[in-house]
Amino acid sequence: MDPSRFTRLSDYAWQVEPFGAMRVPAVIFADEALLRAMDDKVFEQATNVAALPGIVKAAYAMPDAHWGYGFPIGGVAAFDAERGGIVSAGGVGFDISCGVRCLLTGLRRDEVEDRKADLADALFAAIPAGVGSTGAISLNPVEMDEMLAGGAHWALNRGYGEAADLARIEEGGRMAGADPSAVSAKAKTRQRDEMGTLGSGNHYLEVQEVCEVFDPAAAEAFGLRPGEVVVSIHCGSRGLGHQIGTEYLRDMAAAAARYGIRLPDRELACAPIDSEIGQRYLGAMRAGINCALANRQILGHFTRQVFGRLFPRARLDLLFDVSHNTCKVEEHDIDGARRRLHVHRKGATRAFGPGHPDLPEDLRAAGQPVLIGGSMGTESWVLAGTRASEAAAFGSACHGAGRSMSRHAATRQWAGRQIVDDLRERGILVRSPSFRGVAEEAPGAYKDVGAVVEAAHRAGLARKVARLRPLVCVKG
Amino acid sequence: MTGATWEHFPHEADVGLRGRGPTLAAAFEQVAVAMTAVVTDPAGVRTASAVALECEAEDPELLLIEWLNALVYEMATRRMLFGRYVVSIDAGRLNATAWGEPVDVARHQPAAEVKGATYTALRVVQDTGGWWTAECVVDV
Repeated sequence: MDPSRFTRLSDYAWQVEPFGAMRVPAVIFADEALLRAMDDKVFEQATNVAALPGIVKAAYAMPDAHWGYGFPIGGVAAFDAERGGIVSAGGVGFDISCGVRCLLTGLRRDEVEDRKADLADALFAAIPAGVGSTGAISLNPVEMDEMLAGGAHWALNRGYGEAADLARIEEGGRMAGADPSAVSAKAKTRQRDEMGTLGSGNHYLEVQEVCEVFDPAAAEAFGLRPGEVVVSIHCGSRGLGHQIGTEYLRDMAAAAARYGIRLPDRELACAPIDSEIGQRYLGAMRAGINCALANRQILGHFTRQVFGRLFPRARLDLLFDVSHNTCKVEEHDIDGARRRLHVHRKGATRAFGPGHPDLPEDLRAAGQPVLIGGSMGTESWVLAGTRASEAAAFGSACHGAGRSMSRHAATRQWAGRQIVDDLRERGILVRSPSFRGVAEEAPGAYKDVGAVVEAAHRAGLARKVARLRPLVCVKG
Repeated sequence: MTGATWEHFPHEADVGLRGRGPTLAAAFEQVAVAMTAVVTDPAGVRTASAVALECEAEDPELLLIEWLNALVYEMATRRMLFGRYVVSIDAGRLNATAWGEPVDVARHQPAAEVKGATYTALRVVQDTGGWWTAECVVDV
């Protein structure tokens, strides 16, 4: 994108002044190089979002923003129900509550290094990954509704994980206000055999080493010590979330005209928060969040079982579990007044700062852990929310590296087998059912996650705590 | 159908599907082959069993979304891949048969599952020569 189209607020924040139907400005957080590399579609989509009814302050895009559908991926927008605000299925996306969970093993890298190949094979065997995979868990209709209402609490009651996990999950492990009856029979059928599966595409489980610490006090509070090993799991609400997104996108697109909402793009499908369909979507979407929380809780349990067999000393305490495709009701200070807003984060992570009442007590001084997935073979990051972040973009930060190249272009440039071999040379073991899948997820097809994180840090969205280097990657 | 073709067009994070054919139905058959190609090489899918589908919508663009999402649902719940499609469309109503087989991970090497069809770059048009193009981006 051409920087001259923006008002430069700082070296890391760029504003589009309202024009046409825009009700508020659009603000993109990025350094100049990231901004120049962004697709013009991010500009178009962010300015379209800024035209939606009831939007508050601005439509934001994070440093990893790229072309999504309707909303940009890496988009954040908040709406006020009392001022005609809307809720949008496209503003949450198909993979509802896709997110990252990070577990602390307490093991040193050299301990893991000796058994790395065994660990990679055991994790690949224990974690169903890829297209067509099913879990060992099949839910009947009653269990399905209990899961959709209970989230990680339901999983814990079924014997997956530990009670201490719950405090380290957003919403304490259970999204309130879920309405399983707003989730269609088709969505539930799609999920019946998919609990405890990783999925495909950019979803993964990685064993990582803490290789650099930037904020020793926060790292200590988070339990991140240089040379120690953690496990990060990236996945979402599986087929259930995809089906909810599909159906409500269609229903909202059809209903928008009924509510007098003119859509610049069908993909911006939305409905007033206080409408019947808006409320039904929120109930279904929250059930989707619970599905994702339960799924990551189960995958965390499988991971603990594998480590328990290979490394009896390992503890695998949960550092945190974040979601990055959600719409949540939150209170924020807007021009000195406390307002209740529906904050959409699509490909953006909540990043509450120190002292926030929603954080567990032992993390309150440091701020919320913000888990940023990189690409295979590069690095991942742990950041912490800042107080400035709440004023900058409703307490939000980036969620990953963001693609810089299409899947098609990636497969033309790289062969999966070669990537697996090259990474093994560098000490990173990849296990995947599909070489083509590996090629599509080639590290070179992503932006430099370090640059994205640096921009988020400099923009005050979140602050750097630790950098993680992959040792093992199970790829869906 | 003679000359009917499919291709992918680039999208940063996801995949664009395009089908072309002498009739709307032929273009819809091709766009479905393009969706299979997101997951695996369509030529490597055995057309062993048939699944019947139907859907409807008020205009051809919405019908394309319904058609692709019906296939996404069948692929996901049956854990199948489809290699051949026969479509008929009459007054906004689509009837189809999809031939395929269960996913065989070793043989198909499935790259990524399709989460759903989006309204992004959604276009169904007939050119002056009478040929149809049907296209949209699917989320993977």
